[in-house]
Amino acid sequence: MSQAQPNELAAIESYRDDFPVLQQEVNGHPLVYLDSAASAQQPDVVIDTVARYQRHDHANVHRGVHTLSHRATEAYEGARDKIQSFINAASRAEIVLTSGATESINLVAQSFCRPRLQSGDQVLITHMEHHSNIVPWQLVCEQTGAELLVAPIDAGGALEYGAFESLLSDRTRMIAIAHVSNALGSINPVEDIIALARARDIPVLLDGAQGVPHMSIDVRSIDCDFYAFSGHKAFGPTGTGVLYGREALLDAMPPYQGGGDMILEVSFDGTIYNDLPYKFEAGTPNIGGVIGLGAAVEYLESIGMQRIAAHEQSLLEYMIQALGDIEGVRLIGTAKNKASVQSFLVDDIHPHDLGTILDHQGVAIRTGHHCAMPVMDFYGVPGTARASLGLYNNRDDIDRLTSAILKARKIFS
Amino acid sequence: MSAVDIRQGDELRELYRELILDHARNPRHFRKIEGATHTAEGINPLCGDKLKLYVRLNDDDVITEAAFEGSGCAISVASASLLTDLVTGLSRSQALDCFGEITARLTQADNHKSRDIGVNLDKLRALDGVREYPSRVKCATLAWHALNSAVQGHNKTVSTE
Repeated sequence: MSQAQPNELAAIESYRDDFPVLQQEVNGHPLVYLDSAASAQQPDVVIDTVARYQRHDHANVHRGVHTLSHRATEAYEGARDKIQSFINAASRAEIVLTSGATESINLVAQSFCRPRLQSGDQVLITHMEHHSNIVPWQLVCEQTGAELLVAPIDAGGALEYGAFESLLSDRTRMIAIAHVSNALGSINPVEDIIALARARDIPVLLDGAQGVPHMSIDVRSIDCDFYAFSGHKAFGPTGTGVLYGREALLDAMPPYQGGGDMILEVSFDGTIYNDLPYKFEAGTPNIGGVIGLGAAVEYLESIGMQRIAAHEQSLLEYMIQALGDIEGVRLIGTAKNKASVQSFLVDDIHPHDLGTILDHQGVAIRTGHHCAMPVMDFYGVPGTARASLGLYNNRDDIDRLTSAILKARKIFS
Repeated sequence: MSAVDIRQGDELRELYRELILDHARNPRHFRKIEGATHTAEGINPLCGDKLKLYVRLNDDDVITEAAFEGSGCAISVASASLLTDLVTGLSRSQALDCFGEITARLTQADNHKSRDIGVNLDKLRALDGVREYPSRVKCATLAWHALNSAVQGHNKTVSTE
């Protein structure tokens, strides 16, 4: 088990104090928040940055010559620069700001794939995807007559790499795959997958909603064509998200939505679209939210994603051990290469009952299908309980989780 | 690790009373009724509860048999089990009165004034614990919504969302 030096452990655990929401009691117990995979909490710096913007600088962006509009535009575009640096994109033109990973994926499905797909073409995803990386592809396949292929996972929840490779063909037009599975925590071998894809000239989208908050992301070293993620899972506000796309690909794509801001010139004879990335940002964006996301990624960089990843990995190992030691606990998702989440079942207690009993003890976990119904079908369960980690969790949180599970077992014994 | 502590009067014990746990573990009338005159499905997409309710009404509009099958959390299964126990022998209009009374009692919390509908609903007091858990009220009312749909002849799937 990886073990941080005592000084480093104390240093990394001190960041918990930056999250005001965690300093409260829920149902008479100090809150234990183990649902960051659904939505992460925000540090003071994000909350304060958004509040300062709303109080002092709010105006619409990219228009108006007045001072507030300048300030809003500078802060908004400054956030884009921070995000570009955070994921090491080559150009700010490659950072399209969206409402979340869901919109980012739909944008690629509709704007990149739809014009290219024909009947008989294939799109390849995996069995572990979140609904947001399934349904947009089902839609575009229905629209074009293309076929959606699903690569299988093994009993532990890892991608069956050989089967994945054998599903590639000269009809494969797109690969869309989770970087990290939200229900199972499995980390996919994205570098190997992209190498396979490169050799066949197939574009690859990574759903990075569960990757970005937990590991250092370098889109150029990963060499993906598209990378989608949500702001609120990365300690930023809800309603924000990012689509990274290679500039040459984005440039060749038609707009996703029409409206203000995405145009250079509009007349009834025709419209000239704006440059990248604005071509894909129709309408007034979530200005305050994006500025908050800029503060969030700056905060993450100030800590260091490598340190966060090491801390979470050590906690995950501790959690897996602790859960596995409880009689009657069945772990769902036991891939070798995992990050940040553990799904489980306790005896025959329905996950929803377990969630209520844990909540009653101040422990927040997610229960249900985690927007990954095919994963639940694969394991033959209606849902699971899922504990997921953020940078602010510690071993006490895990100990509280296990004692709460013991109480649930006692109630149902 | 702290010791497991279950005190008397624990709110969780209010929710998971022995009667509830008993019906959840050993649901009554848990089967399909071949040739049921009325059926309806109830689903709760939030937690994946899914049950199918079967009712047989005779020519006098009296429920001679009620049963269910499906899967769900302890609250939804126990509620369905209690329902099938209770409505057998009731007329259609009495069953609808029960639906109205139970859903009102569980959703209107404190200010609900019980109405005498001529049916003893005391056993269903075991479900009252859910009123403290807004996210769980739908689990307790799911089977009742299915009953309402079934005996009204809608025969359609009801969803809590």
